[in-house]
Amino acid sequence: MFMFEKALSGSRRYWAWLFALLCVIAAGAFFYLEQLSRGLGITGLSRDVSWGLYIAQFTFFVGVAASAVMVVLPYYLHSFKQFGRITILGEMLAIASVIMCILFIMVDLGQPARLLNIVRYPSPRSLMFWDMVSLGGYLMLNAAIALVTLSAERDELPPPAWIKPLIYLSIPWAVSIHTVTAFLYSGLPGRAFWLTAILAPRFLASAFAAGPALLILICLVLRKVSGFDAGEKAIGKLAVIMTYAIIINVFFVLVETFTVFYGNIPEHIEHFDFLYTGLDGVHTLVPWMWLSAAFAIAAIVLLLSPRFRRRLLPLSCALVFLSLWIEKGLGLIVGGFEPSPLGTITRYVPTLPEWTIAAGIWAIGALVITVFYKIVLAVRNEVGDRPLPEAEMAGAAHH
Amino acid sequence: MKITRKDFLRLSGLSLLAAGGREAIRAVAQRNAPAAALPRKTRWGMVIDLGKCRDGCTDCVKACNATHNIPQLAQRAHEVKWIWTDPFSKVFPFAQSGYSASQESAAPVPLLCNHCENPPCTRVCPTQATWKREDGVVMMDWHRCIGCRYCIAACPYGSRSFNWEDPRPALAAVNPDFPTRTKGVVEKCNFCEERLAEGRKPACVEACTSGAFVFGNLADPDSEPRKLLRARFAIQREPELGTGPSIYYLV
Amino acid sequence: MRDRPWIGGALLLFLAAFAVPFWYGLPHARAGLKGPDLQLPVNQKECVAPIAFMRSSHMRLLLDWRESAVRQGNRTYISFDHKEYRKSLTRTCWQCHDRAAFCDRCHTYSGVSTPYCWNCHNQPQTNVAWRTGQ
Repeated sequence: MFMFEKALSGSRRYWAWLFALLCVIAAGAFFYLEQLSRGLGITGLSRDVSWGLYIAQFTFFVGVAASAVMVVLPYYLHSFKQFGRITILGEMLAIASVIMCILFIMVDLGQPARLLNIVRYPSPRSLMFWDMVSLGGYLMLNAAIALVTLSAERDELPPPAWIKPLIYLSIPWAVSIHTVTAFLYSGLPGRAFWLTAILAPRFLASAFAAGPALLILICLVLRKVSGFDAGEKAIGKLAVIMTYAIIINVFFVLVETFTVFYGNIPEHIEHFDFLYTGLDGVHTLVPWMWLSAAFAIAAIVLLLSPRFRRRLLPLSCALVFLSLWIEKGLGLIVGGFEPSPLGTITRYVPTLPEWTIAAGIWAIGALVITVFYKIVLAVRNEVGDRPLPEAEMAGAAHH
Repeated sequence: MKITRKDFLRLSGLSLLAAGGREAIRAVAQRNAPAAALPRKTRWGMVIDLGKCRDGCTDCVKACNATHNIPQLAQRAHEVKWIWTDPFSKVFPFAQSGYSASQESAAPVPLLCNHCENPPCTRVCPTQATWKREDGVVMMDWHRCIGCRYCIAACPYGSRSFNWEDPRPALAAVNPDFPTRTKGVVEKCNFCEERLAEGRKPACVEACTSGAFVFGNLADPDSEPRKLLRARFAIQREPELGTGPSIYYLV
Repeated sequence: MRDRPWIGGALLLFLAAFAVPFWYGLPHARAGLKGPDLQLPVNQKECVAPIAFMRSSHMRLLLDWRESAVRQGNRTYISFDHKEYRKSLTRTCWQCHDRAAFCDRCHTYSGVSTPYCWNCHNQPQTNVAWRTGQ
């Protein structure tokens, strides 16, 4: 039923890639065992900076998971046929991202064996409860949708009618998972950096830029390694979505900066100061934040210029992805904690075990994506790919 | 009247839904209704007279650390503290005129969990491992805590600590009367609720040799802290956040 | 036909793995049916509940105590014979039972995973005078 056997036959390159991923996963697992036995003290976290790389990665990949809506919505709600080949890729990227999110939460817990206490003692007033509910629901939704649509494609039949309401449900649900994650931060009265209404819109904008960026890069890679062609129209449209989203995200950051600096309230300014100029002699994040800003501007310039828009698209996507990964993955979380409620700055640098565990989880995500996409490509090889809309239109023009 | 079976079922289903919906709305409305007019019997709180706090004195800190087996860890990043002191200018950065004398700015202020009336930390706990008791004490259940550290992020005062490693090796002496904790759980001042249960005062209050701590029932207008608060002006940490701390400072 | 040795070998391996519970402990086999060697308390003949109940459900009793002592502040337990006890591992249970000579013996013998209560709860020191001893 799950067609996993299709992932068991592949080229030498495919198996080498899987083997490399398994090695990274093993390294991550080794350090995680160390963390289980010695405690979270092996990370760089501290009493004042109690959330770091793990939670930052969780936040970032919830965004990537939510970005599946950017391919699902145009195709299913607006009959944008160009996305016909890649909706399943978007849904599977969402599944892999949610799996990574759950894993990042689990490695961040001090008592992971008690994880199910969240289910045993539900706390509807806690945003973390709703985060688990919405992420779990989104995972199941996308798993069901991907499985059903792919099986239908393999059987060369239209998908069953009952999957349509689930697909429509996944659209607002995608927005909700990232909104709930933003509410996790924006409802805390003691953290002035996060206590802003624009946090949720910022999260969504950066998600809708980073997700398509990753999806475009994956499609281009797939074209190289497997001959699967997503279609120039689809890639072009994704690039347009990504461009608008990154511009909106930069606008939101500038809007925040205005309020903070023009309002001049010290409690709000000091977090931005820490991130962009350093405070108390600690400059760990300053070069990263400026790099992120430079990447974002460079990406916008490249994406807006007609000459480089398509030629340098892989570079622009990488710039967008990295810029947002730094901003959301590093800057957002640590910036909220520095300075502490009593004004102390504590250096936070993730340790080697911390990076390795994170890398292990990224590798698990990559493994899930690889296996899923292999299955999709195998199905498409068997039954033939959907015709590209460009080809259909060219064919119609012939007559 | 002729009615088809489908219509009959549809009608019954809708009626049941309406009846159930009415009950649900009633239940929610009652839960949100203001509590009956019974006055609150107990609200534990404390008034700390900063004028009586001596420079360099750590009697309260030592008493708490000994009573509750608080580990003294080498790495400052991993420190666990339930009560500690910080200079006035750090605790109340916007309270001074800017022209205050330096010894006023450096005066020590004992800091602990504020046991707020409206605690952000208990709102965010996904397992209710921390909750507010009827008598105002914000409690910790170390059996249930999953170590997610959301409460640490939520606390506006930095009152909570996490056990980044096993605390036992860092304990010079163990008070057998109180459990130690394990790695991976959050802890904070518990207002000595185990002593309150026996009618005793918190360890820091009893240990202070300057009489700076006045502990009592804030809901009783004749209690020691209430009398003090009527007589003198007191400040609190970040009251504008709406948390409703139970710790007052006399300047 | 070529696969017969592979299949045979894998089958043998599987049977060996399946029978692990039987042969794994053979080198260190001890006298079979003797029960765990428990050190019973010397000065108390009765526990807070009947022995049969404690044997079957002491974890349930402890979990109930934990919930009511920590979360409801209710620290007194009235036993079946109307005696009052304090709901506390350290101050009640471990006044009579030694963890290593009692709790661990049964848990190790029966292979029930040892709980981690003692990671936090302290063993009473032999010379400490207890306030409300029972």
